Amino acid sequence: MDPVQVLQYILSGITSGAVYAVVGIGFDIVYSATGIINFAQGDFLMLGGMIAVSLAPHMPLSLAVFCAVAATGCVGVLLHVVFIRWLRSPAVLRLIILTIGLSILLREAALHVWDEKVRALPFFSGDETSSLAVLGARVSPQVLWVLAVAALIVAGLGLFFRLTLTGKAMRACASNASAARLCGVDASALVTLSFFLSAALGALAGCAVSPITQTSYDMGTPLAVKGFTCAVLGGLGSPTAAVAAGLLVGLVESFSVSVLPLAFKDVASLCILLAILVLRPQGLFAGGSRSLKGGNR
Amino acid sequence: MRALPPGLRRYAALAGLCAAVVLVQVLLSALHAEQYLVQLTMAAWYSLVAVGLCLLMGHTGQVSMGHGGFLAIGGYASAVLTTLAIPAAGASGTALLLRSLGILAARQDPATGADALAVAPWAAFPCALLLAAAVAFLVGIPVLRLKGHYLAMATLAFGFIVSRLLLGLKFCGEADGISGIPAFRLFAGLAVSGKKALRVPNYYEAWAVVALACFLSVNLMGSRTGRALRAIHGDEEAAAAMGIDTARAKLSVFVLSAVLSALGGVGIAHFGGGIGPGEAAVLKSVRYVALVAAGGMGSLWGTLAVSSVLTFLSLRGVFGLYDDAVFGAILVAAMLFAPEGVPRALAGGARRAASLPRGRGRPA
Amino acid sequence: MHWKILAVLTVIALFAGSASFAADTGAIKVGAILAVTGPAANLGSPEARTLQMMVEEINAAGGLLGRKVQLILKDSQGSADKAFSFAKQLIDEEEVLAVIGPSTSGESMKIKDLCNDGETILLSCAAAETIVNPVARWVFKTPQMDAFAAQMIFTDMKAKGISRIGALVSNTSFGQGGKAQIEKLAPAAGISVASVEVYDSNATDLTPVLTKLKGKNVQAVVNWSIEPAQSLVPKNMKQLGFDVPLYQSHGFGNIEYAKAAGKAAEGILFPCGVLLVADTLPDGHPQKALLMKYKTAYEGRFKEDISGFGGYAYDALLILSEAVKKAGSTDRSRVRAAIEGLKGFVGASGVFNFSPTDHNGLKMDSFEMLTVKDGRFRQAP
Repeated sequence: MDPVQVLQYILSGITSGAVYAVVGIGFDIVYSATGIINFAQGDFLMLGGMIAVSLAPHMPLSLAVFCAVAATGCVGVLLHVVFIRWLRSPAVLRLIILTIGLSILLREAALHVWDEKVRALPFFSGDETSSLAVLGARVSPQVLWVLAVAALIVAGLGLFFRLTLTGKAMRACASNASAARLCGVDASALVTLSFFLSAALGALAGCAVSPITQTSYDMGTPLAVKGFTCAVLGGLGSPTAAVAAGLLVGLVESFSVSVLPLAFKDVASLCILLAILVLRPQGLFAGGSRSLKGGNR
Repeated sequence: MRALPPGLRRYAALAGLCAAVVLVQVLLSALHAEQYLVQLTMAAWYSLVAVGLCLLMGHTGQVSMGHGGFLAIGGYASAVLTTLAIPAAGASGTALLLRSLGILAARQDPATGADALAVAPWAAFPCALLLAAAVAFLVGIPVLRLKGHYLAMATLAFGFIVSRLLLGLKFCGEADGISGIPAFRLFAGLAVSGKKALRVPNYYEAWAVVALACFLSVNLMGSRTGRALRAIHGDEEAAAAMGIDTARAKLSVFVLSAVLSALGGVGIAHFGGGIGPGEAAVLKSVRYVALVAAGGMGSLWGTLAVSSVLTFLSLRGVFGLYDDAVFGAILVAAMLFAPEGVPRALAGGARRAASLPRGRGRPA
Repeated sequence: MHWKILAVLTVIALFAGSASFAADTGAIKVGAILAVTGPAANLGSPEARTLQMMVEEINAAGGLLGRKVQLILKDSQGSADKAFSFAKQLIDEEEVLAVIGPSTSGESMKIKDLCNDGETILLSCAAAETIVNPVARWVFKTPQMDAFAAQMIFTDMKAKGISRIGALVSNTSFGQGGKAQIEKLAPAAGISVASVEVYDSNATDLTPVLTKLKGKNVQAVVNWSIEPAQSLVPKNMKQLGFDVPLYQSHGFGNIEYAKAAGKAAEGILFPCGVLLVADTLPDGHPQKALLMKYKTAYEGRFKEDISGFGGYAYDALLILSEAVKKAGSTDRSRVRAAIEGLKGFVGASGVFNFSPTDHNGLKMDSFEMLTVKDGRFRQAP
């Protein structure tokens, strides 16, 4: 393989990896605040893309994206408030099944609202034939947008958690909910906020990636599986590690195409997931051991 | 019911099942509505997966989002073996020996029309079950150490991998799956096949297998292993402290549930005459979970009732375009309002005598 | 207590709803199993609309042999299992004269034996060669053979001096049928295939595999699928700066795919029936009158462009009606024999010539090489 081809594979890998990382971060945000794995995470990307595509003909693209992000965030809030918040100490199994059911409902609702046609947002800059040269390799300008959005999300979250009061309160809740409550933190509102954040950020990524991967009603589930792989690989509860993990998974998938038949590309990333779950469920980057229980807080 | 000796009391529901099966058939035949038996038969085969999953989820608290994969493994194994096209002309000595033993059977090669040999269904059957058991054993050892979300994702990944392999491998027929599967001839002229004339016998064959599976499950739950499983479900650490080999118990139930699913797969493959990669799809596996959740995770009879009714209705196309949505809604509704299962919720919680003792959810 | 009664009543109602009452109104029952929704909806949806439109027209004109035609449409959602279950219902319960569809090759193969054993005519709208080869007495298909599509592509390549290609196919029945044809026919045409890669029908990013093909120095790329990924391939190729000719299969025959690919679709070459360029045909063309009639009726009513897929369903019902009229009865054996006897029958996908050994009836001349120019389908120069 010549260096240009290697670079090309790398670019493909980090593009998809960035998307998986954002999904993984979404998982992390909710898990940190609540101990729940929200299987509907992948569907937030789908919703963001779909809503934006519907709005795009009627308003400037940036406004359409903004509205899609806000609307999907509200869907996330709704999910928590209507279905999850009022459950008293539910069993883990019950929550898992519940969020899977919610994911299916979101998917089917999207199918009936938008039908099964595949849609795509207009390119943020350029069009479907634009191609930028990067050190000999070629990419669509949209790829740079996707990477920029992912970087923005990670940086923004980092600042949010470190510098704002709400962010610090969320971190406090994540590490010890009762102590946080004693300090006057409204844990329940923060949990709802975490759902809003994970949904909105997912929607933003969904919009960014829609021009190049197209948005269809059933894109949520495969994304959720891969995003969860990243979240676990990075160690649940650590957004920055999820990014590194996402890039890793993306790169493995991309390079696997050069050695394996394309038909088994997904098998490669799933085997990574299984290997990590079995060998090191606390993730590659987390220090020390974490509970295997995956329980609720 | 109270008049029965305690040992036999748990079989009362089983007798009720058998009576219901016969009653439905007699009714449908009388009403000249025998066509419904077809979907009821398919529902029976699919319900074997739900029965196995009920044991797993209800009694050990383990979730498996990939059980469709085991049904597919069983069905495909039988399908591939019984549709081989070993040329009969110039067959080797071993092949002829196996032919005379009845292990290989004659058939026509659909591509060329020539005489060919394939494995007889009765010989392929144990291979299919063994394969499923072996895969479950190998997958279960590492995976069953996981809990909660990790276990759910691991089993989901397993189902996904099976589905992709079936789609990608040539000898599995890739996207087309395998068709032209011969009838599974049993004794006394009975066979598992989709022929219209054999609708009634096939109905009884399928439900007899289900009844047998329930019988075994009831026995298992009443045995020492069953008590061990309930202890694990109550509190795994306490059970381990009491000296129960928790890993072994969980693995045995996992393998048993996989074998039951494979059994369902064999039935479906021979009844339908074909099998496709859709059987291992994620949404199908999630459906089985939905059926068990709605039926009540510890309740064998509740699960069976919900499974047969909903699978029947889905196969008849009653849910139309909303098929997947219905199962999603059932999952959500069951988990929100009736975590102990819909039948139990309907009965107002007044089910004691006939049902199996249920495990409790892990306190969070 | 109320919940209990409500639940029982609901279940009874659902059971009743699943009943199929064979109301004998003297109508001719025609069944259809199509993927109206689901992953193959791009195929099944135009097919279903076409059939509904045609049945209304037939009935408005007095029906067939003086009897109304009753269309019993089932949505298989592209699932072979559902197709199987519905086929059983249509054959055993409704006892239909014929089944039109299914939309995909996988579903068709699943019900081929069922229809043949059930002695019910099957007019499949799917393309795989295996549907009619080996020939089954009762099974016919209306789309052209994928072998001819591949042949046409290779002929065009040879004329352009292309000798080394890469191929992408989807992991569906149609895609894998295409793979088989490409591998079988390329050597005879003197074309070497660097590799054939199979992608998932839900694929969202084909840049890695296209990078792989680019690295193999191919002179052209063939994409064989019926999924929306057909639009991804041209876009990804342009984005990678991979500037070689792109050939698609006849599965590209829906303007939606060209629209989805936008400017990247310009110059794509694909074999298809002339249905898509009906308005540019010379007036003497045997199919023009029929195609313009179908086009104006369909586009006027549904406000969307006709597609090759709708044409397959159109032909299926047209052939069935013609056979019923020729046989003068709705006895299945007579109608079946009548179909086999149709010669020179003008349809939307081509001119059909059936025979006991040819249950498709179309040859390579039913194909033309089309291209995308200024966002519209045109005949290739």
